[in-house]
Amino acid sequence: MAASVLFDAPGPKTKRRHRLYTVISSLGLLGVLGLIVFQLERKGQFAYALWEPFVTPKIINIIIEGTGKTLQAAVFAIIGALLLGMILGVGKLSEHRVLRWPAWLVVEFFRATPLLLVIIATWFYIGPEPGASAFLALVMGLILYNGAVFAEIFRAGINAVPKGQAEAAYAIGMRKSLVMRIVLIPQAVKIMLPSLISQAIVALKDTSLGYAVLAPGLTYTGKQIFGTFRNTIQTAFVIALIYITLNLLLTWLATWVQKRYVGEKTFTADAVGGIVQSQPDAGASGAGGAGIR
Amino acid sequence: MQVLIDNFDKLLDAFGKTFQLFVVAGFLSLIFGTMLAAMRVGPVKVLDRAAALYVTIFRNTPLLVLLLLVVFGFPKLDIRLGFFWMNILALTMYTSTFVCEALRSGVNSIPLGQAEAARSIGLGFTQTMRNVVLPQSFRAVVPPLASVLIALTKNTSLCSIFGIAEGTAAMKALLNDNTADLWPIVIGIALGYIIIVELISGAAALLERHWRIA
Repeated sequence: MAASVLFDAPGPKTKRRHRLYTVISSLGLLGVLGLIVFQLERKGQFAYALWEPFVTPKIINIIIEGTGKTLQAAVFAIIGALLLGMILGVGKLSEHRVLRWPAWLVVEFFRATPLLLVIIATWFYIGPEPGASAFLALVMGLILYNGAVFAEIFRAGINAVPKGQAEAAYAIGMRKSLVMRIVLIPQAVKIMLPSLISQAIVALKDTSLGYAVLAPGLTYTGKQIFGTFRNTIQTAFVIALIYITLNLLLTWLATWVQKRYVGEKTFTADAVGGIVQSQPDAGASGAGGAGIR
Repeated sequence: MQVLIDNFDKLLDAFGKTFQLFVVAGFLSLIFGTMLAAMRVGPVKVLDRAAALYVTIFRNTPLLVLLLLVVFGFPKLDIRLGFFWMNILALTMYTSTFVCEALRSGVNSIPLGQAEAARSIGLGFTQTMRNVVLPQSFRAVVPPLASVLIALTKNTSLCSIFGIAEGTAAMKALLNDNTADLWPIVIGIALGYIIIVELISGAAALLERHWRIA
């Protein structure tokens, strides 16, 4: 057993006690699991008819199409948010008050405002109709929201580059834009990569909010399926499974990137802004945890 | 502007609901999340694995899908709690995974040497915990926990889809009736959320300052 701050290495007596705990907790967990399965069975939730849609080729195609739309929304949103985040992040670091203040205001506003609110507002702004208009609203909302989060990640990333780097560049006569472009940003990107991917996971999960404005996507597809077949539990299960798989793939990618490009050393959430939007005005101390939506 | 003033009592009600969701779900998430974290750092492997599985599953499922499962799915299992508690249940299931991770990272951020040093100067287990490990954990945990609670505040907006007349639902209703006043309505409602978020981050900053090592 790995050493822990909380416990000493167990002796023979403690080991015996732990074995007893293991047995008791295993029984408890199995009991809970059994209860859930029993209740599902009693209410006929394992009936083939309720699961059949998910082995029907036509429905599978619809689900794949929905997943495609979800991925599409996520990709558009992440690319847009990266651009917006870069502009806002550099804006916040600017020496000119005219640039710094508006950037700060936009970032603080969108970080503290619920994404769903932004999506609905955008939807009403461009015309509250389902379909393409709703999809646009979803992507726009995601860009605005994640752009604000990316801005903080960018800013924290650039600040995390050792000061001497910029000083050395200035000392050999580089101008500010050049220092930014060829000294600070390349190093910052390396530091930021894991946070950026984690935020991409959040964005992917957030595409589910398209449900609220009837934008095409995985969750809306689910609504249509359980609307037709009355199998809410099964649909939620399948959709959750797809999201979990996609997210775990991205998590795996983040871990790989971290090992490959950043090194085993784990960066503290503070240094890179973290995954959850941190509290506004406390970008430096904020963040940590993981993508909350 | 006039729309907001005319409907001020409705907005107050709506944000009361938002606040209620935040407080109840936040409280329950802290409790359940702490239990999960205890399972994860405790010595019993089975519980560690079970909690890890729970966290992986529920953290990677979108909250909206969880709400669908609980609010529309549970009644099919004859589990009926009323809309408010259904929403609370889904919020808690989701948020507690993040609470667990925040707490766990707090404990893990304490270097092993701290406990070793404490034991080597003769402190017992309880003393080591009370005087060395836990105070440092609490301090490390404040910022990430504040982030989790802020995210929870924003996530309560999803309950507008599932039958709770909270802030975002109020905005949708107002927008339906007063499409012309889009900007004042949106900014007004957003300000409501921003105030709650600022309160939480203010409290966290206060705690952090209070516990800062001199």
